[in-house]
Amino acid sequence: MTDHILRMSGITKTFPGVKALQDVNLSVRRGEIHAICGENGAGKSTLMKVLSGVYPHGGYEGEIDFEGERCEFGSIRDSEHAGIVIIHQELALSPQLSIAENIFLGNERAKRGFIDWNRTNFEAAQLMERVGLRENPTTTVSDIGVGKQQLVEIAKALSKRVKLLILDEPTAALNDDDSAHLLDLLRGLRDEGITCVIISHKLNEVIAIADSVTIIRDGRTIETLDMAADSVTEDRIISGMVGRALDNRFPPHEPTIGEEALRIEDWTVYSPSQPGRKVVDGASINVRRGEIVGLAGLMGAGRTELAMSVFGRTYGVHISGKIFKDGRPIEVRTVQDAIRHGLAYATEDRKRYGLNLIEDIQRNVSAAGLSGLSRRGWVNEHEEFRVAERFHKSMNIKAPSVASVVGKLSGGNQQKVVLSKWILTEPDVLILDEPTRGIDVGAKYEIYTIINRLADEGKAVLVISSELPELLGLCDRIYTLSEGRITGEVPRQDATQERLMHLMTKGQE
Amino acid sequence: MSSITPADVEVGAKGGGPGEPRQPGRVSLGGLSVNLRASGIYIAFALIIVLFSVLTDGALLQPQNISNIIVQNSYVLILAIGMILVIIAGHIDLSVGSVVAVTGALAAVLMVNMGLPWPLALLITVAAGGLIGAWQGYWIAYFGIPAFIVTLAGMLLFRALTLTVLGNQGIGPFPDQVRTLANGFTNGYLGNIGLGPLGGADLFSLLIGLVAIAGMVASQWRSRVGRAGYGQSVEPMALFALKMAAGAGLILFLVVQLARFKNLPWVLVLLAILVLAYSLMANRTVFGRQIYAIGGNLQAAVMSGVKVKKVVFWIFVNMGVLSAIAGIIFAGRLNQAGPTAGNSFELDAIAAAFIGGAAVQGGVGKVVGAITGGLIMAVINNGMSLIGSPSERVMLVKGAVLLAAVAFDVWTKRRAGAAG
Repeated sequence: MTDHILRMSGITKTFPGVKALQDVNLSVRRGEIHAICGENGAGKSTLMKVLSGVYPHGGYEGEIDFEGERCEFGSIRDSEHAGIVIIHQELALSPQLSIAENIFLGNERAKRGFIDWNRTNFEAAQLMERVGLRENPTTTVSDIGVGKQQLVEIAKALSKRVKLLILDEPTAALNDDDSAHLLDLLRGLRDEGITCVIISHKLNEVIAIADSVTIIRDGRTIETLDMAADSVTEDRIISGMVGRALDNRFPPHEPTIGEEALRIEDWTVYSPSQPGRKVVDGASINVRRGEIVGLAGLMGAGRTELAMSVFGRTYGVHISGKIFKDGRPIEVRTVQDAIRHGLAYATEDRKRYGLNLIEDIQRNVSAAGLSGLSRRGWVNEHEEFRVAERFHKSMNIKAPSVASVVGKLSGGNQQKVVLSKWILTEPDVLILDEPTRGIDVGAKYEIYTIINRLADEGKAVLVISSELPELLGLCDRIYTLSEGRITGEVPRQDATQERLMHLMTKGQE
Repeated sequence: MSSITPADVEVGAKGGGPGEPRQPGRVSLGGLSVNLRASGIYIAFALIIVLFSVLTDGALLQPQNISNIIVQNSYVLILAIGMILVIIAGHIDLSVGSVVAVTGALAAVLMVNMGLPWPLALLITVAAGGLIGAWQGYWIAYFGIPAFIVTLAGMLLFRALTLTVLGNQGIGPFPDQVRTLANGFTNGYLGNIGLGPLGGADLFSLLIGLVAIAGMVASQWRSRVGRAGYGQSVEPMALFALKMAAGAGLILFLVVQLARFKNLPWVLVLLAILVLAYSLMANRTVFGRQIYAIGGNLQAAVMSGVKVKKVVFWIFVNMGVLSAIAGIIFAGRLNQAGPTAGNSFELDAIAAAFIGGAAVQGGVGKVVGAITGGLIMAVINNGMSLIGSPSERVMLVKGAVLLAAVAFDVWTKRRAGAAG
């Protein structure tokens, strides 16, 4: 009988309208490195949030046994108390505090309410030694790189006497040296007896470091493989991740492809938060009228960054490259420029960038196309209502009236409002970023139908999606993006999930 | 991908999760669904008037007292119009009191010391207000310093400037025309008519009142017919008629009382024009819509092509212009520009906006609401002084009312959130 430190069994977690996890099982042996693989949105992060108490006990079905004891975590504090620490992709450090202060944040080395600075810095130095972080404990965290910040997070976890360390995409933001160092560190921790669960898209790393891997797809456990016993390859993991089923979820569509509408050449974008890091690296793509082009890439590949930097430079710094519209070079410095040149970008994050949630449908629909509904600065409210009402019907937005507040609508209907808003600006090129995220299956079909209709009207459509079946079912051509580079361009007839996944996980040579 | 934020825009609180939808609380009154959050303020205003009418044995609504309330609070109401726009956009302006002082001082120097003709002096003063607003708007919109800090600095800067200009003493008196604007009344151009037991009243004022009523009913009716023509839902005829009758009754009462005293105060005419113009601007123009869009979701506004910086800049220019108008009226009323003019006006204007239904997070608010909020405070001030309450008790009540108004707002929002 193998010694399991953690058993999660029959975990089911439902969000309004979506079953995020269905009867998921996960068993982790003591002292191993256990990888969890799956597409974006497969449910990996949700599973880890259930485990760490972010979703408290009672909000999900199923059982968690840790160290042989039934656990009912009500908060992160509870799970940390038991020895489970999760390190998220976005680091949770306080940038203006020192390394030592961050390590003992919430867990201060204090005597009668006063911080014992000598002890704090001394113990921090010991922990930093363990993770191989050669810095002064009093250095401010914002002054060290992301790789070292990651080490601070691990030191912080060690200070809490961690037994099970969970890392969500730990190397996504790291360069190769830092990644290699981090993987070495994890091996070292394993040898000290700390169990690790690692979520990663980088399959070569998974192969290199993991002792076993659990594959999750569509909120279900597919399989758990023992790396040594099953002689697992990247291909083996990919076929588990993508599965086979591809049923009739897409409306049929015969494209009529015309002239090139948009071409982007040698597009390079630097990260605004990490100087010197290229988020998009020399990308060149084009979209023709009537064509639906997909942009596939894993989390952090630079898909959204590419789209937003093109759309009026709303992301990134030191942007270089050329944009051609209908064959002519154009300058797109602001969102106003982009709209004027017939570009539209429907964001992946509706609630943050797409909608004014406290306003009604009418005012959201008109938000980007108000100039077309006004004369000399005066809005024609009757016309505005008529337009909103037209979209209300044609897009089948389920709401009592266009005076309904957008924040109350379901995800699918909110997405229809976002699409209406951009269609109103009469664009030639629509960039749709995760157009079906958080939307139930029925509404997805409707969105696909709308996308097909837009293409049939002669618009060029660029679809960014994490769901490969969606891209395969919808697009005439698919680009793959990996670490900011275009790694492939696959026409519809040649595209398979396996092929795309290979291109998407292709590292830098 | 939460690391992605539009360039050039500061992002508010981290982890900007799904903004919770704000939906007004509704209660059902005999089949009529009443929007509590939107109309609560007017109901409260009516109740406060009734309360103080009773407490003062009707003195509150005497012709002279109504006239006093309007004239004494006109400058705060003018400031409240600008302040509500600033607050809808998600900002704040703490400097308006000091700007009132410095523009009043400038007007006095131009007219009294330099002897400039009064129309020219007013024009220069208003332009100077606009420049002050542009100065603050630049730091806020283009340089990216929070409005709280910029206008806190402005509060000190412009007060210092006032003291420098005035050298710690008042300048006056102002030309008669300016005093009339601030303190005077329309002439009895058409003589008086008798109103039976109410005595004589100014015919011109009454006619203006009737024209206002006719204009209100006509425009509301046109809008109603227009909406119906486009297939939009309209309120039941009975409710519409009731609203119109109430509005007409209110205007008529106000005008009759004023006509019995000294005719219409000029500041009331000015205020009416400003309220009308700014309400239209906020609701019907692209610029007005963009203010709401910015306050409702800054990032979505950026991604929809709203020139956020430009809009914010002009909101502050506008605030400066209105502050200058308020500054002239305040100085004209006292007939001198003093170094302490406008002290704590910013707090009255901000309180008026929040009592009038503005949301702390921005994106919500109405010009008429801010005016009502200002009038609620004015009536409390006036009513309590009529019954002889000491000033500390007035302050206490005003503070409690402000807190209660915002608490009510937050409560209705939370209740709506829980229901959804």
